Amino acid sequence: MSTDLTRLLYLITIVTFILALRFLSNPAHARRGNQLGAAGMLLAIVVTWIKVGGTSWWAIALGMVVGGGFGAVGARKVKMTAMPQMVALFNGVGGGAASLIALAEVHRILPEPGKPTVDISLAIVLSGLIGAISFSGSLIAFAKLQELIGGRPITYTGQKLVNAALFLSVAGLGLALVAGVQDEWLLWGLTAGALVFGVLFVLPIGGADMPVVISLLNAFTGLAVAAGGFELQNNVLIVAGMLVGASGTLLTLMMARAMNRSIANVLFGAFGQIQAGVSGGGSMDGTVRPTTADDVAVMLAYAQKVVVVPGYGMAVAQAQHDVRALADLLESRGVEVTYAIHPVAGRMPGHMNVLLAEANVPYPALKEMDEANAEFGRTDVSLVIGANDVVNPDARNNAGSPIYGMPILNVDQSKAVVVLKRSMNPGFAGIDNPLFVEPNTMMLFGDAKESVAKLTAAVKAV
Amino acid sequence: MSHNALLVFEVTILVLAIFLGFEVISKVPTLLHTPLMSGTNAIHGIVIVGSMIVLAQPHKSAFMWIIGIAAVILGSANVVGGFVVTDRMLEMFKKREPPKKDDA
Repeated sequence: MSTDLTRLLYLITIVTFILALRFLSNPAHARRGNQLGAAGMLLAIVVTWIKVGGTSWWAIALGMVVGGGFGAVGARKVKMTAMPQMVALFNGVGGGAASLIALAEVHRILPEPGKPTVDISLAIVLSGLIGAISFSGSLIAFAKLQELIGGRPITYTGQKLVNAALFLSVAGLGLALVAGVQDEWLLWGLTAGALVFGVLFVLPIGGADMPVVISLLNAFTGLAVAAGGFELQNNVLIVAGMLVGASGTLLTLMMARAMNRSIANVLFGAFGQIQAGVSGGGSMDGTVRPTTADDVAVMLAYAQKVVVVPGYGMAVAQAQHDVRALADLLESRGVEVTYAIHPVAGRMPGHMNVLLAEANVPYPALKEMDEANAEFGRTDVSLVIGANDVVNPDARNNAGSPIYGMPILNVDQSKAVVVLKRSMNPGFAGIDNPLFVEPNTMMLFGDAKESVAKLTAAVKAV
Repeated sequence: MSHNALLVFEVTILVLAIFLGFEVISKVPTLLHTPLMSGTNAIHGIVIVGSMIVLAQPHKSAFMWIIGIAAVILGSANVVGGFVVTDRMLEMFKKREPPKKDDA
């Protein structure tokens, strides 16, 4: 196949990717877009196979069967609640592939005198560096989300200094390569350093900040792939990688804005350590009012409008199906039920929407923050299920709170608030929540799944 | 095309892709942010093409074979996993048939 024909066919692939993203603007045809993108990917793979397959075809096939098999099984088996870590994992392997391409290219090009040229070596350094950071960083994010290691920030004294020193030495190796030092070991050193940096860089980031981190690592892999496109002088890698790099960057900014924090604060703030006396101002004065499922059931059954506010606790308890069952029952009694979704609830952008969609909640009932906040004033009962920081009124009222200024769901404006929670332990950010002691708030303690099931049974009995 | 002309051309499409990426994504509702992440995740699986090119280089050392095969394994896991997971997610987003009357 001629190079020109290959490039034209790659262009079709690029168009399908753009359409795949474009179709995501509406849930009604988003799935078709994704399938179109998959078809475009298949086209690119077939074209590449015909173009370069040659004598190595069996090795390519072997790699594809192993990798594709792992991807297919992993993607099919994973529970919807485990989706964030799965996305992190698939993101990481992409970054790993980009950094391997850099190593292979250096190995191939270096023996020639005067090679690589500055632009190629810059691309090699960038894809090696960013790809490796994305690989190891994603694996740590995976381990944190899978709870293989603790979700809380892991910090030690001098951490930032160590990270900065490591990053500077890695950047130094990269500069030497770009400056024309012909030594393959420079890239090996750079890759090893970048892998360690990826680990150190994600370790101090708390679980509640994972939506930002996952999104950022996604952008990283995209950038590494685009750089790989410059190494191989391959347009489809450049365009597809950069599309992902740009969109991931934008999504990261949107997530940080939804928390009213800068990217730097998310990445380097080690947010979510248990901080002593952080609440200040005595905002927790008041009594916690525990309640029973029967009492809540009566309130729900005779309410006009109920808003469900899900958080990570619902995902952990896998309570989304029980929530749906309760909502169905209430709707059959004429109660209006909607869901208020905070943009950073859960562990990845839009996490709650996916879980509720899995439980067959129709998506028009899922309200974004602004729309939901307009409705709390005429809401009888807000049912907070495993959410904490995203409903913390201190974000609005207490300038001393670490989350002050973060846009929240104003559940405290509804007539009554019922919080389903395991215990009075502070949430992931380790911050007191005065919502729990407000006069119109009641606490229903216990596992979210069990509590919701009890509520359903109790509503039936009303 | 000379090396420099090719480079300028590549940088041009790179910059256009940045703007295109911002443009396309800003139209995605927050409802679909998870499939968006997962879908873009699948798209950067295009790295598989680069992995194949690397593995297909002629006259490889044993070292290059290993690197190449590893790159193809990682890249194909990215592609297949990314698209399958995204498809599973998007399949779930349904609009109930008689639409709810509160949809105002």
